[in-house]
Amino acid sequence: MNRWLKGSYLGLVYLFFYLPIGVLAVFSFNDSKYRLTWQGFTWRWYESLLANEELLQVALNSVLLALVSATLATLLGTLTAVTLYRYRFFGKKLLFGLLYVVILSPDIVMGISLLILFVSLQLPLGFWTLLLAHITFCLPFVAVTVYGRLSGFDDTLTEAARDLGASEWVTFRRVLLPLLMPAVIAGWLLSFTLSMDDVIISYFVTGPTFEILPLKIYSMVRIGVKPEVNALCTLMLGITLIMVLAAHFLLREQPT
Amino acid sequence: MSDSILQIRGLGKAFGGDWVLEGIDLDIRRGEFLTLLGPSGCGKTTLLRLIAGLETVSAGSLHLQGRDLTPIPAERRPVNTVFQSYALFPHLTVFENVAFGPRLQGVKGAELRRRVADALETVKLGELAARRPGQLSGGQQQRVAIARALVNQPLMLLLDEPLSALDYKLRKQMQLELKQLQRRLGITFVFVTHDQEEALSMSDRVAVMNAGRIEQLDTPRRVYEDPASLFVARFVGEANLLPARVLEQRPDGLSLELEGKPFEAARPQRFEPGGRVHLLLRPEDLDVWSPEELRRQPEYQARALAATVEEVIYKGAEVDLLVRLESGVQVAATAFFDEEDPTLEYQRGERVFVTWPAGWEVLLPFEDAS
Repeated sequence: MNRWLKGSYLGLVYLFFYLPIGVLAVFSFNDSKYRLTWQGFTWRWYESLLANEELLQVALNSVLLALVSATLATLLGTLTAVTLYRYRFFGKKLLFGLLYVVILSPDIVMGISLLILFVSLQLPLGFWTLLLAHITFCLPFVAVTVYGRLSGFDDTLTEAARDLGASEWVTFRRVLLPLLMPAVIAGWLLSFTLSMDDVIISYFVTGPTFEILPLKIYSMVRIGVKPEVNALCTLMLGITLIMVLAAHFLLREQPT
Repeated sequence: MSDSILQIRGLGKAFGGDWVLEGIDLDIRRGEFLTLLGPSGCGKTTLLRLIAGLETVSAGSLHLQGRDLTPIPAERRPVNTVFQSYALFPHLTVFENVAFGPRLQGVKGAELRRRVADALETVKLGELAARRPGQLSGGQQQRVAIARALVNQPLMLLLDEPLSALDYKLRKQMQLELKQLQRRLGITFVFVTHDQEEALSMSDRVAVMNAGRIEQLDTPRRVYEDPASLFVARFVGEANLLPARVLEQRPDGLSLELEGKPFEAARPQRFEPGGRVHLLLRPEDLDVWSPEELRRQPEYQARALAATVEEVIYKGAEVDLLVRLESGVQVAATAFFDEEDPTLEYQRGERVFVTWPAGWEVLLPFEDAS
């Protein structure tokens, strides 16, 4: 009885979480343009999606932006984490705290403040401002992920490397980095997904020259949800799911 | 000294104003097995890390073969360390772990393979080169750590409590192997441990450390039989300490009052009349006699101390006794089964007499710390 209660409670929670996503995925295969009733299975919306060259170009823009910003954020974030872990310097705690400020601050605040910054620097809004903004909000996630792995790190490994004749750089390259790799890749995947689906911050710092997918979808939805949008969102969901699973798999405790 | 490889002078280390090591003077001889022995927090590991270059020197100097080590960073010192946790690189195979040092020296190809194979052969691990550290037992990881250090042909090998993570039987075996290895390779070993038995059985010399200082530096035998301080006496082996009062200082000895009886100490040590001293006696130095047995030992009768048996602990090859002297001091005595006394039967509460061979006592300044 007790087991049954627990099971159904858990079931309800998951239903609440995943029902909307499920509905979205199901309706992307529904053979009806407007009605919210099941009319039969079709690949039609996926086909028309692939035929929509403008939309594909926008999707490509988003992938490019996500690739570049995730890579740069991972590079900088990893170095930040290693610096915070390895060296003692003035303002270290403050810097660490500021990472969380960026993670926790509302997107709307970030968006507006970045917009004010770019405008006052007279940067033309477009790819470059989007890139800078995306690096900014991805970097702390990478830094925190990598730092998390470092905090369980055996210090004597770097000491052993030095003892065997390795310089700072060689120790980083041949001992620290390989052991941090799972966290670095997980950080990259996290950044990629964050960048792919960001709406609010991008909305403020984007310009007419460079359209990205989340904003495009947003503008499409304003004139009614078309089944193509369902199909597009289902595809994005699939990609995100794969990335989350990959990140989870990489961050698993490995037997050492 | 001409045969010393490392000269340490006035070495000190402070962490944030706290001196954990002070005034260390030590000459490490070429090819010796030197053990730094002491309780945790005595500074022995810090001393090792200062030699390795993993800590910076706060005071004093280190000279390796006449060359000042202080400005040389760890990665360029010709010494290598075996860490307590082994610190093997988990992402590299055993081969790559051992090859780590030589590769950085620019050793490549066949020469590299030969040196790594030799090092692994030295620690009897030749067939495990392709494994990762996670697939090895504790004892095997230990051997990899030793091979990884030795392959660099260091002038000195530093070992930081390398056996403490192994179980008793394996530890005994590794003690023997390490000692044999050191003898065969002729490399200077500096070995840190808190296990006095390990220190005594493996070392050429032992430096007993306490509270950031070296209390005594001597052969294992001298450290055990002739401790320089009460601390050394207590830390190395079991120690019975009997308080006594100095009656008279003579050129050839000392008259004492011990357990209310006069006692003549043979060793010409210098103590002030009227002052107090401690007599150190090891449990195995003591003989415990029943009244009838003592009657047959006339030479001991005058010096025998009366006592009561409080505890009898049978240990197979020996019997440990706890007896209480008339003054209330408790004393441990170990009796071995041998031809003199094959039965060793004692009862709790039995009246006995405690004696020891003349001159086997060690006199130490009295310290009121029990």
